[in-house]
Parts: sequence; structure tokens; C-alpha cells
Amino acid sequence: MTASGAKDRFLPAALGIGSLFFFVALLELLIRVGIINRFIVPMPSDIIAAFPRVVIEEHVLQRFLLTAGEAFSASILVAIVGVAGGVVLHRYHLLRLATETWVAAIAAAPLVLMYPLYLVIFGRSALTIVMMGFTAGLAPVILKTLEGLLATRRVLINVGKSFNLTRSQQFWKILFPAALPTIFVGLRLGLIFALINIVGVEFLINFGGLGQLINELAERYDLAGTYAAICFVILVSIGVFLFTERLERWLRPVD
Amino acid sequence: MVETRGLSLPAARSWALPLRPVTALRAAIILGLGVIWQAISASGWLYRDVVPSLLTIGSALYAILSDPTFYFHLGTTAYEIAIAMVIGGLSGLAVGLLLGGSRLLSRAYEAYLYYLGPCPKIIFFPIMIMWFGVGPGSKVAMGAISCFFPVALNIAGGMREIDKVLIRVGRSFRANTWQMVTKIYLPAMRHPVINGVRLGLGVALIGTLLAETKLSNRGIGFLVIQAYSIFNMPQMYALLIILFVIAIGANALIGQLGGLDDIKAS
Repeated sequence: MTASGAKDRFLPAALGIGSLFFFVALLELLIRVGIINRFIVPMPSDIIAAFPRVVIEEHVLQRFLLTAGEAFSASILVAIVGVAGGVVLHRYHLLRLATETWVAAIAAAPLVLMYPLYLVIFGRSALTIVMMGFTAGLAPVILKTLEGLLATRRVLINVGKSFNLTRSQQFWKILFPAALPTIFVGLRLGLIFALINIVGVEFLINFGGLGQLINELAERYDLAGTYAAICFVILVSIGVFLFTERLERWLRPVD
Repeated sequence: MVETRGLSLPAARSWALPLRPVTALRAAIILGLGVIWQAISASGWLYRDVVPSLLTIGSALYAILSDPTFYFHLGTTAYEIAIAMVIGGLSGLAVGLLLGGSRLLSRAYEAYLYYLGPCPKIIFFPIMIMWFGVGPGSKVAMGAISCFFPVALNIAGGMREIDKVLIRVGRSFRANTWQMVTKIYLPAMRHPVINGVRLGLGVALIGTLLAETKLSNRGIGFLVIQAYSIFNMPQMYALLIILFVIAIGANALIGQLGGLDDIKAS
């Protein structure tokens, strides 16, 4: 690697990380000298110090596993129903013409606002949270599955026909493998939507894992703990996002 | 022109043919769902009042729409979302232009926005309450935070897609920064801007309304959670219908105004 290449690569990263550290240090200084009220914004050093306490005393691992379990359950439901829905819409042309715009409209609707309705139907339980995640993640999976199946190259379908494949063989040997990368994009979007809504509803109904932790700490006015918990949720979200992004790249063929 | 007409005709014919069956199927689906709903409502399989009859929901919808206090709450929510859109949209626009205009800044900071974007924004609500109080300020802040990310990322991405020739033309005319932004950048990236605003509006609406359901004494979100707390299910269904119609309608309207449908069609 040339010196200019290394500089070109590392300078932006150094600038980004450096700015972050500078901002944190500036914040610490402004709070220490009293320009920013420490009862509104806790010192970054206090937030960092609160991390071990929050992790141990608030049972973050168990809460994380609970949220992850809810997200996993919702994702399984989203994958099964969403992919099946996309396949049905692909199979029945008239049904697709009649309902595709509806599914797209549902994807744009603020579905999370239905959480009080779900509270009434499913009670204040994990089922409400899972169903909310499922509802939020369903539409993108249906749409992406449909998109992937519709985008299958004509030549591949013709090859299948020339081999006299049955409808089932045509689907499993040609259509589904060809659509898989796009389906995975939908699954990734569905998982992210589900996770956002799951943590959000946990926070709103004060039940479950990480979302509830933030709500509880905020209600106790544990400022440093609240900020630490928020940072933890952000880190988890970024981790999930990165993981699914890597997985998607691995699945996607090189363009 | 002739070629365009030649291409568009078969497409128009293929869409025109299934129009009647599609409409009939849509009507059948709506009718079928209505019948199923009504049957569940009458059967009592679910808890009483959880699935009210369609007539009851219709009555609640009429009662809400003819109640002047509803418009006060609607106005409050609309005001909060509008302010949130202005703050979040303009700051997103400024940051997007900065990141899109500089390769160094983009590579240094855009990843942070990209990865923070999909985080559940509602978790910032306790902080917003501490910073801006329990009034409309914290709801506006929630909407603004939600709106900021899609607008900034869309504009940064859109700016990188601008034809370099247009930028060179602007520079050759010695346009200053303001002129470059207003005469070159923004007109050239109309679609990413509109798309960003459309996405931003959707998430600002969610952020503001969720904040209202959590802690507020006014706004549509407050009405929804109030209907839940007094177990007024017809009112809750009616409010959700109104919300979805507004959200989907606004989304479609912005898309049409910005010519996003033309992009899809082309």
C-alpha cells in the first residue's frame, strides 16, 4: 500500500473517531465548568462508569437475550408469512395486481401506533411485542420476495421449461434460488423494522428487555444509567445492522 | 416521440385489460374482510368489544370527525410534526449537502449517520424530556431526530449522483456557494430530496405520535392512548383509521408532487 493510499484510507476514519473523542471531551469540560447542567446531561465519564453497574445490576445480558428472543420469534414469523405471501402474490397475477399497492401502502403506514390495540388483544405480554415486530416487518418481506421472483431472468425460466420441470421443480430449482438474494434484502429490512419496533414497544409499555431497561432507569432518574443503557441499545442495533449487512453481502452475487 | 408512443401503447393495453377483474377482486376482498370482521364481532369469540361492529366503528369515526376538540388535537400534532420537519429537514439538508459535497467528510462521518439511522429513536425520548420538558418541545425534538437521518442520507447520496457537468457549468459561471446550492445542487437532486422528505415525514410522524402516546395531554397520540386507557375500542379503531389515511395519503401526495411515480414508471 502506498503512503498516499494509506493516508487516503485512514485519514477519514481518524477524523471521524477524533471528532467523536473531541466532542465527548468538550462535553465533559462544558459540564465540569457548569456551562451544561449536569442534572440534565451527565458527564461522559459518569456514563462510562455506569456501564458495568448497569450491565451487572440491571441484568443486561438477560434483558438482551429477552429482546433477542422476541426479535428472533418475530423474524421467524415474518420470514414464514412474508415469503409465503410474496410467493402467493407472484403465483396469482390478478391477486398481485389487486393487492400490491395495498401492501406498499401498509409498508408506509405508521403501524407501530397500533400497539395500544395489540395491548388490548394480546395483553401486556411478550406476545404483544412479538406481534408488533411481526406486523412492522411483514410488508417489506412480501414486497422484496415478490420483486425477487419477478426479476428472475427469462432465460433461466426458459431453461427450466426446456427440461420439462414441474411447477414445483420450477419454483425450487429456478425461481427461489434466483430470488434468494433479494428475498434476503427483504428479510434484513424486516428484521431491522421488527427490532426497532420491538425495542420501541418495550420502552413504551415498560415490559420486556432493553427498551424497558431505559424506561425504568429514566423513571428512577438515574441519568448516567439511562444514557449508558441508550448507548448499549445503540451498540446492539449497530451490531445487528452490521451483521445482517455482512450476511447480505455474502449472499449477494458480485454484480 | 413515435418510439415512446409505440412503447407505451402495449403497456397501456396490458394494464387496461385486467382493470375490471382487479377492481372486482379488490371489492370482493374488502367485502370478504368486512363480512369476516362482522362475523367475528357478532360471534363473541374474542373478548367483548375488542372487535366492535363496523357500524359502531363508523359511528365512532363520525363522532370524532364532527367533534371540534378532535381538530384541536389534530392541529397540535400537525403543528409538532411541521416544526419537526422544518428543524429535522433543514438540518438534514445542511448535513447532507456537506457530506455529499466533500469526500473526506462523507468518509469520516457518513458511516455514523448510516448506522445510527436504523436505531429505534423512541429510546431518546427520556433524554428529550429532560432537555425540552414534557410539553410539545420534546415531541418536536423526537420528530426532528427521526426526520433528520433519512433526509441527510438521501441528500448526501443524491448529491453524489449529480451530473459532474452541471457542477462544472456552475463553477464556470463563478457561482458562489449559495447559488450552487439553490441553482445547481437542489434542482438537480429534486428526486432524492423529495424521497428524503417523504421518508422523513413518515418517521417524524411516528416519532411525534409515539412520544404523544408516552407522555402528553394533547395530540392524536394522546387521544389513541386515552381511548386505550378507558377501553373505548371503537374510538381507538376510528383514530387508527384516520391516522393511517393521513399518513398513507401524505406519503402518496409527496411522492406524486415530487414525480417519484414517474421515476418508477420510466
